[in-house]
Amino acid sequence: MPEMLSLSNDPILFICLMLAKILVVFIVVVLIVAYATYAERKIIGRMQTRLGPTMTGPLGLLQPIADGLKLFFKEDIIPAQASKLAFILAPMMILVPAFITIAVIPFGGDIVVGGYTMPLQISDLNIGILYILAMAGLGVYGIVLAGWASNNKYSLLGGVRSAAQVISYELAAGLSIIAVFMLSGTLSLRGIVAAQSASVLDWYIFSQPLAFCLFVITSLAEINRTPFDLPEAETELVSGFCTEYSSMKYALFFMAEYANMIVVSAITATLFLGGPAGPFAGPINLLLKIFFFMFLFIWIRATFPRVRYDQLMFMGWKVFLPLALLNIVITGAVVVFL
Amino acid sequence: MAKKETMTINMGPQHPSTHGVLQLVLELDGETVVDAVPHIGFLHRGVEKLAENRSYHRALPLTDRLDYLAPMSNNLGYVLAVEKLLGITDQIPERAKVVRVMMAELTRIKSHLVWLATHALDIGAMTVFLYCFREREQVMDMYEKLSGARMTSNYFRVGGLSLDLPEGFEADVLSFINDMPSHIDTYEGLLTGNKIWQKRTVGVAPISAEDAIDIGLTGPALRGSGVDWDLRRDNPYSGYEDYDFKVITRDGCDTFDRYKNRLDEMRESCKIIHQALDKLQPGPILADVPSVCLPAKKDVVNSIEGLIHQFKIITEGFKPEPGEVYQGIEAPKGELGYYIVSDGSANPFRMKIRPPSFVNLQALPQMVRGKFLADVIAAIGTLDIVLGEIDR
Repeated sequence: MPEMLSLSNDPILFICLMLAKILVVFIVVVLIVAYATYAERKIIGRMQTRLGPTMTGPLGLLQPIADGLKLFFKEDIIPAQASKLAFILAPMMILVPAFITIAVIPFGGDIVVGGYTMPLQISDLNIGILYILAMAGLGVYGIVLAGWASNNKYSLLGGVRSAAQVISYELAAGLSIIAVFMLSGTLSLRGIVAAQSASVLDWYIFSQPLAFCLFVITSLAEINRTPFDLPEAETELVSGFCTEYSSMKYALFFMAEYANMIVVSAITATLFLGGPAGPFAGPINLLLKIFFFMFLFIWIRATFPRVRYDQLMFMGWKVFLPLALLNIVITGAVVVFL
Repeated sequence: MAKKETMTINMGPQHPSTHGVLQLVLELDGETVVDAVPHIGFLHRGVEKLAENRSYHRALPLTDRLDYLAPMSNNLGYVLAVEKLLGITDQIPERAKVVRVMMAELTRIKSHLVWLATHALDIGAMTVFLYCFREREQVMDMYEKLSGARMTSNYFRVGGLSLDLPEGFEADVLSFINDMPSHIDTYEGLLTGNKIWQKRTVGVAPISAEDAIDIGLTGPALRGSGVDWDLRRDNPYSGYEDYDFKVITRDGCDTFDRYKNRLDEMRESCKIIHQALDKLQPGPILADVPSVCLPAKKDVVNSIEGLIHQFKIITEGFKPEPGEVYQGIEAPKGELGYYIVSDGSANPFRMKIRPPSFVNLQALPQMVRGKFLADVIAAIGTLDIVLGEIDR
């Protein structure tokens, strides 16, 4: 294996390739975001004996573009009583963490370029998981801020719900991941993928089924999807935190929701399903796993009612947290004694 | 000591879950409801007053627009009241009575489908909404086939029916009620056993039997509190005494039991419609009371007497003896009553409508006080209110 490409041995190639990787990942994520909206409408439509979009382009395939254009040309309204700066910043504060979390997801093995080895990952942080949790925590600020800055009572309630939600699920989500890196012995996502690479049976979904379930459920809460879509809760809070938003700002919230879906799907795939491991080329495997989880999220949305605010808190603190702790104890015992 | 501040929030009249234009002024402490005050009247059209300036036949279309999810039930209550006022209740032909029961029960299914659809949507179960509307569409098609209108049917007449059943109508109804129980099982499959649905409905929006009676709650909401009361059985009209059906009662007093009640009522309605189809015999559809009923179309176009007869009834209407009458029926949402006072003229002197939703809505503040905001949505759904008949 040739030497690892770094800033010191070939700075120009390194920077070019890094920019190329960022660009490719960004474009792929944006494309998936756009077509995830289409897929969601089509899939839910079929599940609900409807057709979904059909009129815009062949099979309605141009629908995401039409939606984007429509939102782009809408009047951008900022309520007179809103806190202007926070109102403008909030959508960005949701979208940016979602996109930069992707940076630590490994989407393939190493390839050789110009005599150097290059990992198919934008950045291999040695505290990758910590970084993911930190970014997930940041995203909530956007919602709270949007709810507060709108100066609308429904939005405020949405923001408050979101804050309550984050403290309920984040602990359980974090603790369920601890069991994973107790087994892998590293916080680097690349290391975790390497630890699962020997065979399919090494995937942590088999050794950590409880942690897997906890993480999938809590990530549903993290990305505000049904049945945990309390901060927007259309029928209760009239879209909650984004009630007052219009035009591209609203579109940013929308994009953030789907970007977050991609992010948590990618994280789950990386932590529990061996990341890019599988029968095809690395990135394709990862994409397939992401699509599987996104389909699951869409399916859940078509099936379940919404839980109540206090019930989510109850689940987070009294069910998920003890289970996650129990899982850590068991994993610890197994790691030490076996 | 810190001052405890509450937040006042105006829920509605533009809100997706207030089922029309209900305004609820909620006082919230965090997410807990301290008080809820319903404000009504945004859909007021003065139906009762309008009826005073129209002849009895012409007041009928106004009733379509009360509970617009169950127009035929409204028609039925009105024509029964006017027939009682005229004293021609015994002269209604058998076929008309059977068709009235059949359509009233189809209307019940239709109304309950919209209730289930919106109730489930409010609580977040989106798919049930579309499944229910798929079935409702079939009833709408039957409405259209029968009366020409999907919503404002205006089908029953004082003395009978406006038109006979179109060809193939019985077969449509039969295939619909044969499929309906399995559709209800599908809705139950998505909701009843669902842990989240149970968490959102069991014990939510409670009302005790005593309170329910004090408020005057009727219909499935009353029977969900364990009070065994159904006008179809306890004060039968239009021949309901000849039908074999169960009055569904549960005593859980909560949203879940009211939900189960309505689903079972739909199943019972299917049975009633089955029996009605068996009873359906060819025969006249209008009572033989020339002073009240319009002549047959063929008499109008073929004879001068028929033409004059029609002209007299259209222009003058009929004049009941002075007096007053009350007729209540078991509409899908509860007891729908018409209180009509006649002064001997061709127009009602006064028509007072007792809409079930209006009375049932009174229970709302009591149901939600001290509960969560999300339960307000469930409570509005479980009461099954329609603003068209609340505001009239």
